[in-house]
Amino acid sequence: MYVGNMSAGRFIEQEHIGALIADYSGMATRHIPATRVEAACASGGLSFRQAVIAVASGMEDVVVAAGVEKMTDVGTGVSVDTLAGAADREWEGFVGATFPGLYAMIATDYMHRYPLTREQLAQVAVKNHFNGARNPIAQFQQEITVETVIRSSLVADPLRLFDCSPITDGAAAVIVAPLERAREFTDRFVKVRASAQASDTISLHDRADISRLDATVAAGRRALDSAGLSHRDIDLVEVHDCFTIAEICAIEDLGFCRKGDAGRLTEEGITALDGDLPVNTSGGLKACGHPVGATGIKQICEVVQQLRGEAGKRQVPGAEIGMTHNVGGTGATVAVHILEAI
Amino acid sequence: MSVARFWRKIPQRYNLIGTRCGTCGTYFFPPRSFCPSCRREGKIEEYRFPGKGKVVTHTVIRSASEQFERQTPYVLAIIQLDEGPRFTAQVVAEPGEIQVGTPVRPVFRRISADGESGVIHYGTKFVPVR
Ligand SMILES: [Zn+2]
Repeated sequence: MYVGNMSAGRFIEQEHIGALIADYSGMATRHIPATRVEAACASGGLSFRQAVIAVASGMEDVVVAAGVEKMTDVGTGVSVDTLAGAADREWEGFVGATFPGLYAMIATDYMHRYPLTREQLAQVAVKNHFNGARNPIAQFQQEITVETVIRSSLVADPLRLFDCSPITDGAAAVIVAPLERAREFTDRFVKVRASAQASDTISLHDRADISRLDATVAAGRRALDSAGLSHRDIDLVEVHDCFTIAEICAIEDLGFCRKGDAGRLTEEGITALDGDLPVNTSGGLKACGHPVGATGIKQICEVVQQLRGEAGKRQVPGAEIGMTHNVGGTGATVAVHILEAI
Repeated sequence: MSVARFWRKIPQRYNLIGTRCGTCGTYFFPPRSFCPSCRREGKIEEYRFPGKGKVVTHTVIRSASEQFERQTPYVLAIIQLDEGPRFTAQVVAEPGEIQVGTPVRPVFRRISADGESGVIHYGTKFVPVR
């Protein structure tokens, strides 16, 4: 068992949660190996990747990939500071950088260089709330308008409250097994086509380009190459929209369009549920919620539901291949996975 | 932040002491102890940055952690020093006063404090050059 978790130590003062979860799920007495995986908000994506590697290598047979975060037991000040630990504590956190603040500096740089309007940025949140309203497990299931976003309070200029993903309690789990054994357990399994991971500088200020997540570029490229697929083969993608600007960057850095074009794509509805490339059908981090260590697994769960045709009101008709994109920090860790229906 | 942890980085925080690779000439701030380009061929030496630079990108923090809550709103920026390195710092300015490209110079300021009676953390902030 792998468990993705960022900071149970600070959120609930509990470490060693690999063993804890194995115990409370009744598997400790079977003495299964249980390992916690940490990469800030990418902990879930890396947990899934570790499970895939374990099974693909033949070292393990059936592996649980889980993710969990219990964030609401502490006040806002503590959670803001805990999340700031995903960046460089000495050189970003020390001077008062918050997570919204770092992504706000990406937004400032991006809007200085590319023609992204305030309304287009807001439309990312509007679209994700529309999808969240069709997801019975989403944290926020109500639709919003561009005005909701633009009239919400500033958190870190130019980002407003409705540009930001919320503080969330959540957990998710999937089971990974060799394809040839999958049918023993279910006839609704999906196939893992690719698992890729990349890293970049921990600090935003050290990036080659403030508005481009090169770890996303690298992981996205590696995933498509190893699967032998092109962008046109991808029917839907769950991207890491911890902030609206992050979804804009993700669509571009994964290579679905040129740099500077994702705002227009969003405005034209191409990333909407009924568009050519549905992005964040679950509601994304924005509306479905962002329990940091669980998010990467929740993205896998959403794509699995879509590929099985079980996504209800938010089903993408005929979805066969889906991608997930999970980011740790401001882009120091990225995991990309591609799944295919059987 | 523990006293020891803050103390360890005082030269860098107070006086912008960084490093430079003698082999390829690249400057590092925050300092690095090996050069990513030259690796074991690199010759890392200490370098004190005068601190002249410009704003690369910026924001105004309006919701902060407990340590910084009383300072809100404050201007945060990525600064590029004339020698090339980039790092994150506060700018002593009103919201809207700085833009991408605004030239800045360093000032010694109080950064934060550990509660009412805790250690005061000093360091370098920047001010716009007019
Ligand atoms: Zn060098």
